[in-house]
Amino acid sequence: MNTPLRRLASMVLVMFLVLIGSATSVQVFQANRLNNDPRNVRTLYREFGSARGPIVAAGTAVASSVPSDDPFRYQRSYAAGDLYSAVTGFYSIANGASGLESVENDVLTGRGDQLFFSRVRDLLTGRSPEGAAVETTILPAAQQAARDGLGDQQGAVVAIDPSTGAILALVSTPGFDPNQLAVHDSAAAGAAYTALAAAPGNPLRSNATRERYAPGSTFKLITAAAALSAGYTTATPLSSPRELALPGSTATIQNFGGESCGGDTVSLADALRISCNTAFAQLGMDLGNDAIAAQAAAFGFGDDSLTIPLAVVESVVPTGLDAAQTAQSAIGQRDVQATPLQMAMVAAGIANGGVVMRPYLVATVRAADLSVVSQASPQQYSVAMTPANAAALRDMMLGVVQSGTGKAAQIPGVQVAGKTGTAQTTQGAAPNAWFTAFAPADAPRVAVAVLVEHGGSMGNDATGGQVAAPIAKAVMEAVLAQ
Amino acid sequence: MATVQPVRVRAGRGVELGLLALALALGVAAYALVGLGTSDRVPAGVLGYGLGMTGLALAMHAVVRWRAPFADPVILPIVVALNGIGLAMIYRLDLAEGSTFANRQLVWTAISMVLAAGTLIALRDHRTLRRYTYTAMVVALVLIASPLLPVVGQTINGAQIWVRVGGVGLQPAELAKIALAVFFAGYLVTNRDTLTLAGPRVLGVALPRLRDLGPILVVWGASLAVLVLQRDLGTSLLLFGLFVAMLYLATERISWVLIGATLFGAGATLAAVTFPHVGARFDGWLNALSATQYDKPHGGSYQLVQGLFGLANGGLFGTGWGQGRPDIVPYAESDFIISSLGEELGLTGLVALLLLYAILTERGMRTAIGVRDGFGKLLAGGLAFVMAFQVFVVVGGVTRLIPLTGLTTPFLAYGGSSLLANWVIVALLLRISDDARRPAPALRPALTPAGGTPVVVSGGAP
Repeated sequence: MNTPLRRLASMVLVMFLVLIGSATSVQVFQANRLNNDPRNVRTLYREFGSARGPIVAAGTAVASSVPSDDPFRYQRSYAAGDLYSAVTGFYSIANGASGLESVENDVLTGRGDQLFFSRVRDLLTGRSPEGAAVETTILPAAQQAARDGLGDQQGAVVAIDPSTGAILALVSTPGFDPNQLAVHDSAAAGAAYTALAAAPGNPLRSNATRERYAPGSTFKLITAAAALSAGYTTATPLSSPRELALPGSTATIQNFGGESCGGDTVSLADALRISCNTAFAQLGMDLGNDAIAAQAAAFGFGDDSLTIPLAVVESVVPTGLDAAQTAQSAIGQRDVQATPLQMAMVAAGIANGGVVMRPYLVATVRAADLSVVSQASPQQYSVAMTPANAAALRDMMLGVVQSGTGKAAQIPGVQVAGKTGTAQTTQGAAPNAWFTAFAPADAPRVAVAVLVEHGGSMGNDATGGQVAAPIAKAVMEAVLAQ
Repeated sequence: MATVQPVRVRAGRGVELGLLALALALGVAAYALVGLGTSDRVPAGVLGYGLGMTGLALAMHAVVRWRAPFADPVILPIVVALNGIGLAMIYRLDLAEGSTFANRQLVWTAISMVLAAGTLIALRDHRTLRRYTYTAMVVALVLIASPLLPVVGQTINGAQIWVRVGGVGLQPAELAKIALAVFFAGYLVTNRDTLTLAGPRVLGVALPRLRDLGPILVVWGASLAVLVLQRDLGTSLLLFGLFVAMLYLATERISWVLIGATLFGAGATLAAVTFPHVGARFDGWLNALSATQYDKPHGGSYQLVQGLFGLANGGLFGTGWGQGRPDIVPYAESDFIISSLGEELGLTGLVALLLLYAILTERGMRTAIGVRDGFGKLLAGGLAFVMAFQVFVVVGGVTRLIPLTGLTTPFLAYGGSSLLANWVIVALLLRISDDARRPAPALRPALTPAGGTPVVVSGGAP
């Protein structure tokens, strides 16, 4: 009977091997799918039940997990309310996550591949795993200045360090208080979400990175850049009629308020300084749609894969336009659309001698033991202009602030280069006010783009110079005061 | 000069004591870690619990020294380790759910160990059991049928596999498997020659004579009756697997296994088609992750899928004692204790547990190979196999290898009858292994001058 016993013993061993294979299949190969199954409440308990890493701005946690007495053990808390909502997003049991809370979830929970060795160490030392801290590039003073400047107005502010691409301020209004969504009471969190989703101005959506607007006259910077690269100089005279009839159409282009630009011709520098529509429309037709689109693309228009690491919706310059449409697009109307972040990148590129640096929001990821997991290094994004052309455009922008439409952005003792924009949106609605600038002009430390929707507090009478420039000024002052 | 050197047989009691210390340390450390994992404190009862388990294990060890001094030294420590780990997990689940299963399990452990010790003391020679072959059959049939009886029988969760006697619920099928193993061993050792007689050969497979198919058809019918009447797929599978395995051991003919597997497969398929509750089990297995199965209020795959979530949460290294959420799974302390352990100890821990079971059953198989009498071989082989097969059915069900059944994991899971039955199996294996490893007095080297190499003497040149 020993032969069948040996065979049976072998079969029993095979049975155990099959079981080990089956357990491995579930616990290793299917584990990811099972852990991500929406019906698996463990994933929630685990994520919320471990100490999630903080999101930090200049050494202060703007989002942090504090111990709580409910089954989740930790409550996500946002100390500054809505100030950082465009940066952190929210982290909610009932509604998922957005912003950095969403895109940096792997490191915040400590599950990211970069944190593998931290996890192994936690495993060996028996320490309960903790998420890593995400340290942002945000400068709290600039963020606060931007938020204060926008106040109750709808809009967005983006400030960038031109030499590195580090984002110093990222504000979208109306914002929201992420604490409302982070409460563990699903019903309350759900109600808050529903209310925010239906609220005017779509607070849950960041105007700075996820909304596109007609850039209006701020787009003349790109038209001017295209002109410089086509061989124009700051002194090149442009034809500037009071009214420009568009070929092949009954439409005309006029200057703001129907005014003259001061003569039949005006230099490129003066055209930019006083934001002469007819001169730039004619210039656009002379340069052609392709030259303008190519210049815009060099600044980042049309890039649908840009992440900071928040995903940024691409800005658009249409191609294949006829002369009339090209004329309108050259002054930032028609179907030209840009995010506030994109316009900040334009200003930053000009400030940085024509080199656009890749914008980034996360400076450092730091594990719970304070060791650096990853650190951002400034990267060149594109070369949009030659240094000489960038310097020429900078000088023209200085004129805008010194004696043109952007005088409200003057900072005593600091040379500010800027450009206003007042973009008509729909018929009858108040225009969107823009201002984009950088300072100090000779050694730029900050580039900023400000958008105020529908004229903000000034309504129909608003211009970029009146509504948006003072906000840009405040943000730049906050950065320069550091 | 090659001579056969007699080697003193190592009884292995010292090894057993050392391994027992390890096994106890494992259980007590697990118990302490549960407290540390849940509340950062060593539980207050750890000393009493540790002393209690140590006392029980040492008493068992003493009985083995006294009554079965040559018994296999690995079996007892493995069982103590499994029992201790199971207790720690049940205690951990108690903390999460506010239940008091652990205390009852501890009492059942004590009762079971006393019973196992009693078996070792009372049963001096396992061959005595052969006298009770047909008594065992009657006992087994009564036990299997008892849940269907009007007064004592109980239906719990749709399965009619419980009896309640004097306020204590029991699953008699657990005990029936021992009685059946005794019956099969006795019956087969007597009739193996008849069964092995050449029947017709079809396609190179020697088929048994039709009249010899009688017993297998009876057992097939009985296990299908369990499946249909008591709605207990697991026990039915277990009893049938036990019979087929022992039949194969006795006859060495693979045709029995093929016939048995075919018959059971056909019967189970027919039952799945005919009876909705059996069919539902298969649906819940094949389409476990589908929304319809998951959301079914009864008989769906909710429990299975929650168990899979638990296992997946454990991953490679587990969450650690007290740091997972095994309490989310229904019946986490009994049917699904494997997923609870898999969650908190990870694949690493689960594989370690499976290896413990593998070693335990292989030790049983080795005992069967070592013992001299046919009855002992069949009994030890059958008991070792049924334990392994039960683990296979449970773990296979929880990991979705096979359809889920309502069996308990031996020694780990909460349940008095299961503990009792498996500890008695351990006592029987210890008893048989004592016989297998005991040096035969008639075969002393002095009396076997040339070539007479006794089984227990290992040869080799010095």
